Amino acid sequence: MSTTLIQFAYLVAAVLFILGLRNLSSPRTAALGNRMAAVGMFIAIVTTLLVQGVVDYPIVIAGIAVGSLIGAVAATRIQMTDMPQMVALLNGFGGAASVLVAGAEVSSRISANDIPEGIVPAAIVASVLIGGLTLTGSLIAFAKLQELMRGAPIQYPAQQYINALIAMATLVVCVLLGMDPLNLETLALLTGLALLLGVLLVIPIGGADMPVVIALLNSYSGLAACATGFVLDNSALVISGSLVGASGLILTKIMCDAMNRSLANVLFGAFGAQVAGAAPGAEGVDQRTVTAYTPLDAAVIFSNARSVIVVPGYGMAVAQAQHAVRELTNTLVENGIEVNFAIHPVAGRMPGHMNVLLAEADVPYERLVEMDEINPQFPETDVALVLGANDVVNPAAREDESSPIYGMPILEVDRAQHVFVIKRSMNPGFAGIQNPLFFKENTMMIFGDAKKVVIELNDAVKNY
Amino acid sequence: MLEAPAIAALTILVLALFVGVEIISKVPPLLHTPLMSGSNAISGITVVGAILLAGSENNPLATWLGFAAVVFATVNVVGGFLVTNRMLAMFKKNPKSEK
Repeated sequence: MSTTLIQFAYLVAAVLFILGLRNLSSPRTAALGNRMAAVGMFIAIVTTLLVQGVVDYPIVIAGIAVGSLIGAVAATRIQMTDMPQMVALLNGFGGAASVLVAGAEVSSRISANDIPEGIVPAAIVASVLIGGLTLTGSLIAFAKLQELMRGAPIQYPAQQYINALIAMATLVVCVLLGMDPLNLETLALLTGLALLLGVLLVIPIGGADMPVVIALLNSYSGLAACATGFVLDNSALVISGSLVGASGLILTKIMCDAMNRSLANVLFGAFGAQVAGAAPGAEGVDQRTVTAYTPLDAAVIFSNARSVIVVPGYGMAVAQAQHAVRELTNTLVENGIEVNFAIHPVAGRMPGHMNVLLAEADVPYERLVEMDEINPQFPETDVALVLGANDVVNPAAREDESSPIYGMPILEVDRAQHVFVIKRSMNPGFAGIQNPLFFKENTMMIFGDAKKVVIELNDAVKNY
Repeated sequence: MLEAPAIAALTILVLALFVGVEIISKVPPLLHTPLMSGSNAISGITVVGAILLAGSENNPLATWLGFAAVVFATVNVVGGFLVTNRMLAMFKKNPKSEK
């Protein structure tokens, strides 16, 4: 009887998850959707707590209390600029939970001498493998985003061969555990190998490729939950896990398409490493000079402009410049200038990063325009203001077949009448690729911290 | 061969994947960050499995592994839903200054 009830509750929860995600299709209904999903989760948890089988309430309640406290504090304290780190950690925790549940289930079955059959051994292997590498992969992604470790790809001799050897060893251990799933030593060995693989897979990936990595790990955390669902024969886990797995995979594909690179190239290409080793002034580095302009020069141009498109990038997040940008936008709009924002899919360090920052600064979301929609508008735009973005506005992607980013879809800022680029220095972007945009006739460079320059620019426009 | 419950679970998996692809494709890039944090919260559903393992009569190892799983999964659930809610509250249309 109670199993029927709990199955029914899980079905209700799954329906609420699906409806909740569907409501994320519009910013007007998204908050409601999130609450629907939360209600679904509440129903699933409460029903599970009340069902027969739970006898030791103190330990369960203690676990929920500790987890809720950590989750609530993190969710309310986190800065919006640090959201990629938060999502990376949450991905990792999802992976950790899957490994731990699989381990607990194996241990419990050993005590009961209940040998798993059918698909369960394979599901145990998948939970441990995917969950383990999601945990450490996410921790490395977190460390790179938090700048606890270098963002540049970490490479060492024969890296691919060593990784391939470890991957093969892991495969062998997977088969061993699949044949004898109640062997705790094999389980521990596979957990160790999965944790090692997670580290090895993410350290050679550069900071600028983190949007893909986070989306992929998001997918893995879902797939791990799904595998755990097979271990426990629990349909709620299977449904929710596959929804999240599908979501992460779609985001991964969108991110890869936006860089015109395959997933394999992102994971194993060590993008940006080759240039990091090149000496300054080595061949291929542009020796041309650019003229530095001041915010006052820019104010003159802005005073004659009727339309402005702002192109934010990771530099805006680093400088925490979103509120200053909002102030500047207000001033421009008051002067009768139309202001829109062009958002490249991989701008920032995670999917949708720029949108969240600008929303935080009260920029209305109608002004945040997607790449395909805004590109045709650049030729009729008086000023494009590039704020800490580099590779996503690099015309070499369109013009230079020898460029590593050739073919990548870009925001075509160079087609605007005037382009202002606010940048800390002439150093090439993370990918280490020279940007011909900076040398174009209609481009004016303003050097300095994005936030400081935008504030000065705002004052200059106001006082002009 | 696979037994009936496993086939049923596989059926659910495949159908859920199709549903997932359909509804997630409709989420605009504007909301991709809340989508990720919100789906993180949903994948915290592992907590129900963890509760059953931590709370049932079990050997100490299984109980403590289950307890740790409850903690991690609850961080996912609570942290994920709260931070998504916080983000979504910021997405506003036409504030007063626009007019």
